[in-house]
Amino acid sequence: MSARSELRIMRGREWSRPVRPVRREVLSATPELEEGRPPLLFVPGFGHGAWAFAEHWLGHAASRGFPAYAMSLRGHGASEPAPEATLRAYAHDVVQVAAGLPRQAVLVGHGAGALVVAHALARYPARSAVLVAPVFGGWGVLGAAVRRNPAGTLPAVFGGPLRLSRGQLFSRDLPDEEARRHVARLGRAGRRAQWALLGEPGAEPAVGAPPVLVLGSPDDRVVPTSTLNRVARRYGSAPLLFPGMGHDLMLDARWVEPIDAILDWLEKEPAVH
Amino acid sequence: MSTSTDHGRPDPEATPSALSRDGRPVSDRGDTVCVIGAGASGLTAIKNLREHGFGVDCYERETGVGGAWNWRHDRSPVYASTHLLSSKPFTQFPDFPMPDSWPDYPHHSQLLSYFERYADHFDLRSHIWFGTEVVRVEPAPGERWDVTTRSTGGYGPERTAQYAAVVVANGHNWSPKLPRYEGLEQFRGEIMHASSYKDPAQLRGKRVLVVGAGNTGCDIAVEAAQQASRCWHSTRRGYWYAPKYVLGRPADQVNDTLLALRVPLRARQWLYHWTLRLTVGDLTRFGLPKPDHRVYETHPIANSQLVYYVGHGAIGPVPDVARFHPYAVELADGREIDPELVIFATGYLPRFEFLDASVFGDSAGVGRPTLWLNAFTPGHPTLAVAGLVQPDSGLFTLSHWQTVLFARLLQARRDRPERAAAFAQRVRDRAGERYSAQVKESSRHWFEVGHADYLRAVQRALHDLEGK
Repeated sequence: MSARSELRIMRGREWSRPVRPVRREVLSATPELEEGRPPLLFVPGFGHGAWAFAEHWLGHAASRGFPAYAMSLRGHGASEPAPEATLRAYAHDVVQVAAGLPRQAVLVGHGAGALVVAHALARYPARSAVLVAPVFGGWGVLGAAVRRNPAGTLPAVFGGPLRLSRGQLFSRDLPDEEARRHVARLGRAGRRAQWALLGEPGAEPAVGAPPVLVLGSPDDRVVPTSTLNRVARRYGSAPLLFPGMGHDLMLDARWVEPIDAILDWLEKEPAVH
Repeated sequence: MSTSTDHGRPDPEATPSALSRDGRPVSDRGDTVCVIGAGASGLTAIKNLREHGFGVDCYERETGVGGAWNWRHDRSPVYASTHLLSSKPFTQFPDFPMPDSWPDYPHHSQLLSYFERYADHFDLRSHIWFGTEVVRVEPAPGERWDVTTRSTGGYGPERTAQYAAVVVANGHNWSPKLPRYEGLEQFRGEIMHASSYKDPAQLRGKRVLVVGAGNTGCDIAVEAAQQASRCWHSTRRGYWYAPKYVLGRPADQVNDTLLALRVPLRARQWLYHWTLRLTVGDLTRFGLPKPDHRVYETHPIANSQLVYYVGHGAIGPVPDVARFHPYAVELADGREIDPELVIFATGYLPRFEFLDASVFGDSAGVGRPTLWLNAFTPGHPTLAVAGLVQPDSGLFTLSHWQTVLFARLLQARRDRPERAAAFAQRVRDRAGERYSAQVKESSRHWFEVGHADYLRAVQRALHDLEGK
């Protein structure tokens, strides 16, 4: 209950300095038959674009009757370049796309995109939310990344690009060629947004009390299981685990298991109200 | 987009009960809340009450959502060129932003599509009874309310249902306020209230007198400057005409930079005067009267074009109207002018014809309720008014938070009655509180609030209700 009194009404900064509008990429796959299911909005993490979900998850969600949309945050994929983007601008992008969907949406964020979704939840009453392998920042995540991939991680601390490696993102089950193709498509997030991750930028409480599902892999080399537990506890649940998969659950060899679990959860979870 | 009145839902009277009033049956709607009106404030009331777990029946006399902003509605005051006066961040619902692709100051038709999307996005239409007007709202035992409705226009039988709570969101910009003038009946020219002004074609080639320097009056004067053969603009006093853009940004966003820094009122007034002197300049040079007050003491007027057209001679500023003659209008300074068309942009008065005036503590029956936070009624904890505010910004953010606060109050009545009781006491103690700088006494300023002062007060109320 204490979280509720934190509800913030005054937003002087956002009123006086609204986020600059940009053109955004949104890919979609809609079921042939409208079945009244809520639309899903997939939000990729830093470096990834809408393409990461267009690969498998969009089509699969649509085939199970869910209208599915994937967006690219500003500066990613085919959205407008935005080198000075902040976390706030990313959250603005998500809320803009979500509010533009025909009906109240389910937000699905991956990696740092899950953090962006957590921030967006404070500004948009989502029907429910799914945080996939959430990167919520902090020195622990940085430490793990530096240990695993120092050459790719350290430049980001100084404002350079964050370069995630094949070994961090995928399990060995994914064919080499496919993994290389995905890694080659990775872009980078704005440096201010990257720096924001270091400060462990806690999000305000979600509006409309949406149910939140957290899932990930104990073998994820970016997000330690302890982080998964911590994030899930924050939303009053335990994480759903998919052993043997890498950080990019939507691209890894066994991509179908997590998305099926998400869709099953959505079918079971009655919209809270 | 549906404007259907067929809901495909069971009739509320399908749950008959032993209740009755004046010998007629009253259907018991249990914990359901009744919302009156499906305009901006009514829609956000439905959405927020639903979000907090309440059932909602909303009655709307028209066949579509959007209230005042739906130009198809009888009572809609919008005219063809109506644009927003506050920029997007101050106008949108805080949790449903307007699209980035829209301009800073959207057009009224965009606003209607915004409300229609809001209604569809949150699936609100299934809770709205279109084409149904509320005839009476009467207190019932147990702090409940009997709401009597019938088809708009008085057709069909009246039905009464009992609700746990009522949100009044019937709007306050539909009942025209017409001042009395000596000789107005003898005037042979055409007379209209701004509420009937829809299109600049109504002005074309005519000699037009526009009375009133509200935002509507200024808009119409500017259109008359472009269309009419002659235009006079009569104002009671001098005003500050603020441009819509300052430093290349919407003026309200610049102003809020100061509010966010909590710059005191006097300093803000000084800065504002200074900015206006630089941008608009000395109004008396244009023949406009010198303002007799400081900015923020009357409702702000955002119009970049009025002074421009005065400078081009297309608008003749004139003082108050003294009296009407059959073919002329006499002004307060003794001058006579000969308009063919007089438009009274003299504002609107709120009306709650379905509610006994004593409920709102409006003993004089003038339509000015005594409320706390412009929303809560002393002695009636289950009654709230949404949107009865005239902010120096957009209204919908304020309505949103009013209805969130009311939904949480209803939750508290159930879960933490001692908190709800303390809230009710605050309502009794503080009814009639104002949330703006000292404003000029006029019915125009009855509901005037500064958006920052007001929202801070709502934030405090919410905190007191739920805080530790």
